[in-house]
Amino acid sequence: MSLWEYANPKKFLTTSERVLPVFWWLSGACIVIGLIWGFFFTPDDYRQGSTVKIIYLHVPSALMAINAWLMMLVASLIWLIRRHHVSALAARAAAPVGATMTVIALVTGAIWGQPMWGTWWAWDPRLTSFLILFLFYLGYIALWSAIEDPDTAADLTSVLCLVGSVFAILSRYAVNFWNQGLHQGASVMRAGAITGTDTEEKVSNIFFFPLMVCMVGFVLLFIALVLYRTGTEIRARRIRALMARERMAA
Amino acid sequence: MKALLIRDLKLAMRAGGGFGLGLAFFLIVTVLIPFSVGPQSALLATIAPGGLWLGALLACLLSLDRLLALDWEDGTLDLLATAPLPLESVVTIKALAHWLTTGLPLVLIAPALGVLLSLPAPGYFWLVISLLVGTPALSVIGTFGAALTVGLKRGGLLLSLLVLPLYVPTLIFGAEVARRGATGMEATTPLLLLAGITAGVTALLPFASAAVLRVNLR
Repeated sequence: MSLWEYANPKKFLTTSERVLPVFWWLSGACIVIGLIWGFFFTPDDYRQGSTVKIIYLHVPSALMAINAWLMMLVASLIWLIRRHHVSALAARAAAPVGATMTVIALVTGAIWGQPMWGTWWAWDPRLTSFLILFLFYLGYIALWSAIEDPDTAADLTSVLCLVGSVFAILSRYAVNFWNQGLHQGASVMRAGAITGTDTEEKVSNIFFFPLMVCMVGFVLLFIALVLYRTGTEIRARRIRALMARERMAA
Repeated sequence: MKALLIRDLKLAMRAGGGFGLGLAFFLIVTVLIPFSVGPQSALLATIAPGGLWLGALLACLLSLDRLLALDWEDGTLDLLATAPLPLESVVTIKALAHWLTTGLPLVLIAPALGVLLSLPAPGYFWLVISLLVGTPALSVIGTFGAALTVGLKRGGLLLSLLVLPLYVPTLIFGAEVARRGATGMEATTPLLLLAGITAGVTALLPFASAAVLRVNLR
């Protein structure tokens, strides 16, 4: 029993079909519970009022926007090194999900920023690097759809993903150098926060627990979406192969 | 290697090689900037460094799709791939030739265009230095983009979508050098970071470009 068994498309499909309902229901339950808990059972923040509640959408989607790219990076590496087709298809399947998460994070951030900072958009380092990340997603998706031969497309997009990762990190720090911004620093997760040794400002536990539930829900949702979309890609490729074979026979 | 470089330079210089195209584009963009923001020289002076950098970057981008496409069409790339010279060197030479025919002329006419945008006097030195250090990175990154899209029929638009996000760090540091120089601030820190990007990109990215080109030639 090893992880590489799931590189077999058939094995991947049967297993993912068995676990998918679990992921759908768990993620749905987590998001519903987290959002209801966050929206109706937490107090308003004493300075931000009720606008703080958009955090339950903003933070998880931002988290998944970055993690989706990370997952694509790992999947691309697996494709380049071990040539498992499922891995390349999973990277392809994850890209639109990640791009959507980026848009959600940007839009919810703008809605939050309007009352808080008095502006929809500012050229703040975090906002700017998210916009750049979105451009990277667009380029990646466009390259996938532009190339017909699936193996060539997988190779090229994998290399683009590797190079893009380096440049995304470079841009992140370049943008930091370029403009210090409005966005608050990392305040949800800190190493010292869990052990209680961190005395710096952080998100209070009242907000943190429902946020945690929402984040788990978004992670599960992402996994479910990627599994589902990967299954679709595998089937689409099978259909294409079948049609090609029939055309050869006819 | 030298022969390949000379061949690329000669081809670019000939009629139809598109040698002056980038320069003309740079000139036109610079002329259009005052039309779009107004002729006040104080305003022009503040946006001159950034505007010139953006113009140079777009001029570089414009000439990328012919960087490898012509050699791809007539089969020269296949010959080069089977030649004893490693593909990594071929790609580096291509980038160098692109820089010599596009980047370097841009650097040389940038001060003249700075006059048009009433760039402050201390800015000229830093503008030229930043472009001189930064444009090689643009050529090398652009070669990677050209290698990615070389097999596509109409890859021009896709090429810009892929390459422009990769240009972000270079543009940030390059324009920062020019801007700080023009306002008389200390500009060595961004200049060193820009040089770091150019050096790192020149050392590493040809491997990625060559790998991608091999896939496309398969």
